[in-house]
Amino acid sequence: MKPITCKVLILGAGPGGYVAAIRAGQLGLDTVIVDGQAPGGTCLNVGCIPSKALIHAADEFEKAVHFAGNSPIGVSVQKPAIDITKTVDWKDGIVKRLNGGVAGLLRKNKVKLVEGWGRMSDGKTCIVKTDTGEQSVIAEHVIIATGSEAVELPFLKFNDKVISSTEALSLSDIPSDLVVVGGGYIGLELGIAMRKMGANVTVVEAMERILPQYDAELTKPVMKKLEQLGVTVLLNTKALGEDSKKTGLKIEFSDGSEDKIKADKILVTVGRRPKTEGWGLEEMDLTMDGTFVQVDDQSKTSMRNVWAIGDVTGEPMLAHRAMAQGEMVAEIIAGENRSFDKVCIPAVCFTDPEVVVVGLSPDEAKAAGYEIKTGMFPFAANGRSMTMEAEEGFVRVVARADNHLVLGIQAVGGGVSELSAGFAFALEMGARLEDIAGTIHAHPTQSEGFQEAALKALGHALHI
Amino acid sequence: MGEYVIKLPDVGEGVAEAEVVEWNVAIGDMVKEDQTLAAVMTDKATVEIPSPVIGKVIWFGGEIGETMAVGSPLIKLEVEGEGNADKVAEEAPKAEAPAETKPEPKTEAKPEVKPESVKAAPVQATVSHSAPKVAVSTHAGPPRAAGEKPIASPAVRGRAKDNGVDLKFVRGTGPAGRITHEDLDAYLIGNAAPVAASGSGLVANTDVEEIKVIGLRRKIANKMQDTKRRIPHFAYVEEVDVDELEALRANLNKERREDQPKLTLLPFIMRALVVAMRDYPQMNARYDDENEVFYQYGGAHLGIAAQTDKGLIVPVVTHAEARDVWDCAREVKRLSDAARNGTAKREELTGSTITITSLGPIGGIVTTPVINHPEVAILGINKIAVRPVWRDGAFVPRKMMNLSGSFDHRMVDGWDAANFIQRIKSLLENPAKLFMES
Repeated sequence: MKPITCKVLILGAGPGGYVAAIRAGQLGLDTVIVDGQAPGGTCLNVGCIPSKALIHAADEFEKAVHFAGNSPIGVSVQKPAIDITKTVDWKDGIVKRLNGGVAGLLRKNKVKLVEGWGRMSDGKTCIVKTDTGEQSVIAEHVIIATGSEAVELPFLKFNDKVISSTEALSLSDIPSDLVVVGGGYIGLELGIAMRKMGANVTVVEAMERILPQYDAELTKPVMKKLEQLGVTVLLNTKALGEDSKKTGLKIEFSDGSEDKIKADKILVTVGRRPKTEGWGLEEMDLTMDGTFVQVDDQSKTSMRNVWAIGDVTGEPMLAHRAMAQGEMVAEIIAGENRSFDKVCIPAVCFTDPEVVVVGLSPDEAKAAGYEIKTGMFPFAANGRSMTMEAEEGFVRVVARADNHLVLGIQAVGGGVSELSAGFAFALEMGARLEDIAGTIHAHPTQSEGFQEAALKALGHALHI
Repeated sequence: MGEYVIKLPDVGEGVAEAEVVEWNVAIGDMVKEDQTLAAVMTDKATVEIPSPVIGKVIWFGGEIGETMAVGSPLIKLEVEGEGNADKVAEEAPKAEAPAETKPEPKTEAKPEVKPESVKAAPVQATVSHSAPKVAVSTHAGPPRAAGEKPIASPAVRGRAKDNGVDLKFVRGTGPAGRITHEDLDAYLIGNAAPVAASGSGLVANTDVEEIKVIGLRRKIANKMQDTKRRIPHFAYVEEVDVDELEALRANLNKERREDQPKLTLLPFIMRALVVAMRDYPQMNARYDDENEVFYQYGGAHLGIAAQTDKGLIVPVVTHAEARDVWDCAREVKRLSDAARNGTAKREELTGSTITITSLGPIGGIVTTPVINHPEVAILGINKIAVRPVWRDGAFVPRKMMNLSGSFDHRMVDGWDAANFIQRIKSLLENPAKLFMES
């Protein structure tokens, strides 16, 4: 096939890659994007979107189950049932629609999508294995957006029974006994969903608490909910591997004693690692930062006109970080002066209840040398939360003691993911406590908790 | 409503084009009859273009600094009634013999150029980097501690990036030291204190003003560059004892009649040049280096460099050989006044055959004047100072002055230049010789 020459080549059509492509297209750059799977990357195909679909289905089913008993709000239903194959089909439908949406956006912005797995043969050339043969693409600029993949444990290799999050999103049956290895956000999101759909779920976490990247205060309401849902959480517990009869998982407690948990499926969610194999990294002379491709604040790599964005460049491995980097790199290539100067990258955990963190936690702020003021407002004192049966959780604001500049905002509670927008906005705008306190937050909404937390930090909360 | 086209009028003999140096009106303005619309500049003179009709400005034919051909549409007005746009359009195809220069169609649009409407136009159009001039708060806000990150909204950060500003250096006057759009504006204007002011109170000025080089300044720049590139200059400096000349000048000034102007040194130097050039006619010349023809002039047309508010202008005293010192003084005064207030006529600013440049009391010790191309010599006059001079076995105080000449080495040899200056020296030191014919 005739080689394609272009201004910008993007390897990987995940959230980072396709956003870079759209922006490059908008800026009039001749752009080619390469991916072997449907556009959207991990996020759209086997990550954010499908997991949220499954979580929604599980929540709806759980609500119905809840109503089948003696519901305090006066709703009652017959014994509900869930058909997981139908749920997965519905989820696949959403994914397909979004795949089409991304492809359409690429087309609209005159970006050429080359379908097939690409491999860099040098810093500026990519050989793509397409259905119709090998296609080489030669570019002036290359954006590496290869993403990340689930970490496999050497003693617990993936097979039919031992699965990663990808497989967990496309199960044909709900396992009766599910063991989740790793109590991070992916394991808990899926573990809770499976529990709600009827599985017996055990979470095995090697550390002393779940969601170890968050502070204990934030994770407490999640821990409490796990108990209520009947999820067994084994902390300070190591997974050792499948037992010899392959009926479950061998574990070791902190005191050294061993046990076995029965499992139909073992979901391993011990983290993700940058995808640095299979696309020709070894052909390029890129400086690495551990297992990640090293980049500067403009997403430049050590090679001229080779850029890298998203999970392959480091933590936090979040779609919206990749998107912001992608947009930025396209603008830099187009000649604009840009750098990654974001104050914060919000992180949301779709457990039940949901967790949002933006900026610095109280401990992080103290460690950074700030004298701080914090204000916390519990949803138990929020009218809207009561009416939604979501009284668990709180909003917490961390600010500098001297000038009240807001350094961080955290929340845990039902549906708080949508509050993340206001939190991040406050930080990016350089808000002070007074700015948040002085903004009318609509009543009755959970967002009032945000304003109240700021008032609390100022010493005059109204509703507590 | 009709459209009225005003064309760039023929502003002077043989002028084919003129540069727009000023628009006195804006699009959308209502203009009255005789109201000045624009100023255009030809080689030497600036001419104001008045409006012949009442109307509303709807179109400009060019931008400031643009050179336009005579007869091209300069401005369009919306007027009551029919206007002349159709007529102007109709006239165009009527022109016969397209190879020849088309005579300017006599339309009503052609304004008469009145001599009194000729005046100097501003040479410089100032362009500022930041369009909206904001009221800059004098309150600078608390400086950030070393290493502390600047706080600014994404919009401010983006604007800073676009303008190449590192926000580290911008003081924030907002709450908690937040950098506001106004702070950035102030920084861009260059009016704000930098973030970490040192104890001295001195402030780095990072302001860069962009000034379009147009009008007279552009003409000077082009001419100087052309001159220096073409002409291999050499300089020759000699000192002159002007004690006797100064005594003569003082005496003449003391006894001058009411109708006689006050004499400066300049008319005497002009006279000395005229006399010296009788022996050195090659100094009074214009060299057409492109055609390699050397024009040696009989008449001494002395360019007198004059500083005006707008820049350097060289009016010409024609036929100095036929003027006495009083007449020379009168003519220099008249011309330099005309040059300064912009009323000098084109012919009064061209045609010199040798130039004198004098800075008077700030004339310095030595200068290396740039020849007024296509002439071949220029004489610079340095300041007069009383210096001790060794005379008859003793130091005596004498009024001394240096003459700094520059010559075109292609046409003038060093020997001749030196002798020429020595001749001028001799004339000035013995001023009676200035007035002895034969």
